[in-house]
Amino acid sequence: MGTRAFDEIMGADGGSRPELASLAQWLAETPPDELRRRQEAAESTFRQLGITFAVYGDNDASERIIPFDIVPRVFLADEWARLSEGLVQRVDAINAFLDDIYGAQEILKAGVLPEDLIFLNPQFRPEVVGIRPPHGVWAHICGIDLVRTGPDQFFVLEDNARTPSGVSYMLENREAMVRLCPELFGQFRVAAVDSYPDRLLETMRSVSPRGCGQNPTCVVLTPGHFNSAYYEHSFLADSMGVELVEAADLVVDDDVVYMRTIAGRVKVDVIYRRVDDDFLDPLVFRPDSMLGVPGLIAAYAAGNVAIINAPGNGIADDKAIYSYMPEIVRFYSGKDAKLPNVETWRCREPEALRYTLDNLEQLVVKLVDGSGGYGMLVGPTASKDEIAAFRAVLEAEPHRYIAQPTLALSTVPTLVEAGVAPRHVDFRPFVLSGAKGVQVVPGGLTRVALREGSLVVNSSQGGGTKDSFVLLDGGNRQTQTMGENGMTQEQSL
Amino acid sequence: MRLTIDHRTTYAFTAPQGRIVQLLRMTPGDTHDQTVADWHITVDCDSRMTQHRDGFGNATTMLYCEGAIERIELTVSGEVVTSSSSGVLHGAAELLPPRFFLRTTPTTVADAAIAEFAEQESGGRDIAALHRLNGAVRARFADDSGRPAKGRTAAEAFALDALTPRDMAQVFVAAARAMGAPARYVSGYCDLAGDNRPTPHGWAEAYVEDCGWIAFDPWLGLSPEEHHVRVAIALDAAGAAPVAGSRLGDGAERLEVNVTVQSDD
Repeated sequence: MGTRAFDEIMGADGGSRPELASLAQWLAETPPDELRRRQEAAESTFRQLGITFAVYGDNDASERIIPFDIVPRVFLADEWARLSEGLVQRVDAINAFLDDIYGAQEILKAGVLPEDLIFLNPQFRPEVVGIRPPHGVWAHICGIDLVRTGPDQFFVLEDNARTPSGVSYMLENREAMVRLCPELFGQFRVAAVDSYPDRLLETMRSVSPRGCGQNPTCVVLTPGHFNSAYYEHSFLADSMGVELVEAADLVVDDDVVYMRTIAGRVKVDVIYRRVDDDFLDPLVFRPDSMLGVPGLIAAYAAGNVAIINAPGNGIADDKAIYSYMPEIVRFYSGKDAKLPNVETWRCREPEALRYTLDNLEQLVVKLVDGSGGYGMLVGPTASKDEIAAFRAVLEAEPHRYIAQPTLALSTVPTLVEAGVAPRHVDFRPFVLSGAKGVQVVPGGLTRVALREGSLVVNSSQGGGTKDSFVLLDGGNRQTQTMGENGMTQEQSL
Repeated sequence: MRLTIDHRTTYAFTAPQGRIVQLLRMTPGDTHDQTVADWHITVDCDSRMTQHRDGFGNATTMLYCEGAIERIELTVSGEVVTSSSSGVLHGAAELLPPRFFLRTTPTTVADAAIAEFAEQESGGRDIAALHRLNGAVRARFADDSGRPAKGRTAAEAFALDALTPRDMAQVFVAAARAMGAPARYVSGYCDLAGDNRPTPHGWAEAYVEDCGWIAFDPWLGLSPEEHHVRVAIALDAAGAAPVAGSRLGDGAERLEVNVTVQSDD
């Protein structure tokens, strides 16, 4: 990569960041074998719980767990405060954009975006044009993927405004860390993440069409147990204390959604759906789908049910739209984006395509509509043959691709075969939007590229996860008088 | 012209159904040259209906029936007064801009054969070119007066000798888009189509810069005048179909449709 990456614990020069000296010390003093023992204990719990994922195209890997790394990554309180402001601003803009693009389309009238980018984009769903979700909230749960290159240098890599997954890892990783490394919670005041299910439920109740005072019925809608994120669906339903339902459990009558129960029909007010738009309602989206709920969109259009996240959101996190996010944030907030984008070349534009083809060895090239690390090229680590093959693909369909520079992604010490070594990470914080505003959960999913030098953190491509500590003010207890081991109040289980 | 429509749709099931939910696109709207004087949708069993408007501006009806249902008959009847429009659409509710209708769908992809046909027959994308295309579709195919095959794509239809009005319209839509003209499918009624038809009529609209949306009926080989009642538009025939339905129950269904349109001429 040429320049040396910023290490979030060790800093840039290989010493350690002063605020995190005690973590560096913990790392130095805990033998790798002990770290490995704890890590294996955590992974065996995950296996028992069934936190597995499926790798597409890999038939016998349906029961694989995502590797867990025992070394946490840490955000200082002031870093987190600045990051949160940027996230709130961005998610506010995403909500405003969706409300506008399916409504008055002021941003198009102002000429901020090319119209074809919206109207010829399959993610723009005519089926929901003119429908306004309850309380005007569209992106109730956003997972904003970030990368970091320095203490305060964060860049947004991707906005996930459809059905972002991974929050169960945030919660399970924390439980494992509290159990296996309690001493760290003695040294640091770590903000709790275990309130996430409560915050999510509060968000859901707040957007209920009949108001949260009426004790709304909320459910989680899953495609079923064969889905790779089924564990997370059942985990979230369980921890919120709401029903986990499949499409066949819901019926729509007279534009009202009901859940079938042993005691009869119960009116449903809020659906946290973990199924794609295409499989929501076969009468409106895919007539061949058996997964949907016939009439659901009619109930939604009538204002009788909230769907989380709103159908049609794909237009906000499309990679072609992403490159316009700085303009979108400015249009709706009147201010510059606090969180910058990674510089992006849109290969649909001839000059950008030429630049991309000339610099493939240095760039990351991605499918506009892809995810999970499929169909992408990481120039610096690709072989000559891989680059040549990709060049042909790109020249054939340039409009399907964007290119970005390979950033010197930050690293965090990670337990590997040979001991502890720096590995590149990214970060997915979870941002909740309800009727009363936007909040950032103090934590998130840190993904780590376990192979040396690799920048691809996707679980389908050999990535792992870490716990992400967000320190409270005065987060380092060693500077305070209460430096005992044990669990803190913030982190009670 | 005053057009009287009688459109009956019957589903008979080999086993009783527990529930039926249908989305109906069966209600025409007013335009400059089309006034709905009277319109009713009735169902022969206990049901609830709610009214909506979809993202294309179509008036839709949700129909909910509870079982046990062995047979259900929908009757649409009404009177619409039309005036001669020379095919130009004025005063329709438009929620989407013309360029949206450059989008293709799986059933309206122009394969190489359609694209070549469009280029040879039209030679441009102005209004004269679209009229030439419309005439060329008419000239190429014989009439198929049966019910259109479900799910048949424009490319599949293009390879056949005889087509239903619906499939001719889908070929026109695919070809017009291949020429760079925004185009959409229209479902509705036409008194020239004959009595006791097994399906509503289908034609197309294409957008011409400086003129607006122009209707083309390839089955007629002409632009619709006052003989057509425009009900629903979409990117393809399936999107504008009169009924999108789901049922909860075993067994097979038998569909019968009978459409009669009479004019006061």
